[in-house]
Amino acid sequence: MTTPDYRLIDSTLRDGSHAISHQYYAEDVVRIVKGLDAAGVQVIEIAHGDGLGGSSFNYGFSAVPEKELIARACEVTTNAKIACLLLPGIGLADDLREVNELGVSVARIAVHCTEADVTEQHIKVAKSLGMEAIGFLMMAHMNSPEGLVEQALLMQSYGADTIYIADSAGAMITEDVRRRVNALVEALEVPVGVHAHNNLAMAVSNSIAAYQEGARNLDGTSAGLGAGAGNCPTEILAAVSTKYGIETGVDPLALMDLAEEVVRPLMPRQQVIDRAGLILGYAGVYGSFLLHAERAAERYNVSQAEILLELGRRQAVGGQEDMIIDVALELARKHAEAEETQA
Amino acid sequence: MRCVILGSGNIGTDLMIKLLKGTDASGSGATPLELVALVGIDPDSDGLARAKSLGIDGPHEGPQWILDHADDIDMMFDATSAYVHARHYKEYEEANIVAVDLTPAARGPRVIAAVNLTEHLDSPNINMVTCGGQATTPMVFAINRAIDRLPYAEMVSTVASKSAGPGTRQNIDEFTKTTSMALREIGGAETSKAIIILNPAEPPIMMRNTVFAALPEGSDHDAVIESIFAMEKDVQQYVPGYRLKNPPVIEEGPFNTPGGVVPHRAVVLLEVKGAGDYLPPYAGNLDIMTAAAQRIGEAIAYHRADQKAGA
Repeated sequence: MTTPDYRLIDSTLRDGSHAISHQYYAEDVVRIVKGLDAAGVQVIEIAHGDGLGGSSFNYGFSAVPEKELIARACEVTTNAKIACLLLPGIGLADDLREVNELGVSVARIAVHCTEADVTEQHIKVAKSLGMEAIGFLMMAHMNSPEGLVEQALLMQSYGADTIYIADSAGAMITEDVRRRVNALVEALEVPVGVHAHNNLAMAVSNSIAAYQEGARNLDGTSAGLGAGAGNCPTEILAAVSTKYGIETGVDPLALMDLAEEVVRPLMPRQQVIDRAGLILGYAGVYGSFLLHAERAAERYNVSQAEILLELGRRQAVGGQEDMIIDVALELARKHAEAEETQA
Repeated sequence: MRCVILGSGNIGTDLMIKLLKGTDASGSGATPLELVALVGIDPDSDGLARAKSLGIDGPHEGPQWILDHADDIDMMFDATSAYVHARHYKEYEEANIVAVDLTPAARGPRVIAAVNLTEHLDSPNINMVTCGGQATTPMVFAINRAIDRLPYAEMVSTVASKSAGPGTRQNIDEFTKTTSMALREIGGAETSKAIIILNPAEPPIMMRNTVFAALPEGSDHDAVIESIFAMEKDVQQYVPGYRLKNPPVIEEGPFNTPGGVVPHRAVVLLEVKGAGDYLPPYAGNLDIMTAAAQRIGEAIAYHRADQKAGA
């Protein structure tokens, strides 16, 4: 078998969790891990969508405690490594210790793209446990290439083995990705990765561009299952990579089977770029806000699109889901006041 | 009561300016706290320069200066770091100096100014939990007192990146764990979770706190809302910029919380605008700590005076 040109990390069981409101069950995990593992995927990420400890009022409660699901994933995988994601401020270093005991060997420590110094504690804990530590800079469209380099260098200095930038709002066009990846590859000693979202229909092309600029880790989710209009679909990334002559080490047909037969039947709706999804990418809004905004819009009889646009204006960052209720209440009040004035 | 502030950074300097106003934390009477010095370790710090310009002693010999002048000091506010407080707290106690600890060292009992202010007035050491704890525990307590039991409470605190110091950043788990514990031990929740988010937006955002509370079947929703409004007024007595950004709402579930499935949740959306004494108004997270520290210090001072009068 030839060595893959980049490492594929599948996040169906983590980022995909957003799209099903964190309602994964053990049998889903077993089937998805087995499918990804058999297709040759090297790393499988699993956690609540907002990372370890994300189960909450603010982000939605998991149907099954994530550690039970993680334990199942570790049991059934044969070759693929099991990864988790943790946002400092939401999850704890103790969570890393627990999942490491279960067999998780890769820890992705995620933070807003300007706050890397918050990850020092958790990157160091991951390293002390013998895990691979990946620094994960979210909402990367909100920082310049130079700014991202500065943040990435901090993470590298804490011991991160790989640095990712995440287009959490699916807001980057290909040129944005190229400039950022290029700057990081130039400046860092460690490998670079890119996590793309499809709100502007650019997830696959951005991932390929990232590879061309030197990124050697790429993320996907089966059938694109994920926050916002969805992630970079793993099976499409594998197929397109093959057509580019980029060796992936995975079997695109096996990934297509998994997406079609296992993941799509789980999906409450297909990942399409509807108005709300497109607004996320257009206005640069955190993808995970999508479904929470839909629920708040229904509850308070206001427009989901208006909520998302206002969150963009407020420069809300990942994790501020509580502001969705705040914005919805304010919009409802404004509408009521406007009606009163008319009457 | 004669007091000193240890730590000439943002928090210590802000507290100094509050105490020098001469009014008490509620702004209605004279403060019983007489500020003797702002004690730092860096003779060139802005805080110490500010102290001297305001006619206050500004020594830079750190904790040792306090111990050397123990006979003239009754109380100290520690605005340094958990590490420094843990190293010296016993010495203050031995020197008969009450310590109000603004660091997360957690050596003394925890006090949330609006909830258990009078519970530990005789303790030689008081811990102030965290800024998020000072902001949200009162609301958890307010909800809990209006219902039979509170199976689960959660807080989300978002602060401007510029107002989150290196101490918080290097040990963010300490913030969430300590805050979460306060929601249970002082707020009365059976289970809890705390979340902190840093937001780098420019201009910086005001500190925001959201409290979610699980309401079991049969809870009196009107009583919950009324209790929340009453608590807002209580906190405003010493933090004027503390307010409900929107009226509290009760949302329908069901919600599968760690404390069990509940039919409803209360959502309390808070904003804390700082008084702008030394820190800019957006740093409500720091302001609520200094305002609560003053409140606690004054409660201890009144209590001591009463004891003396009674003896």
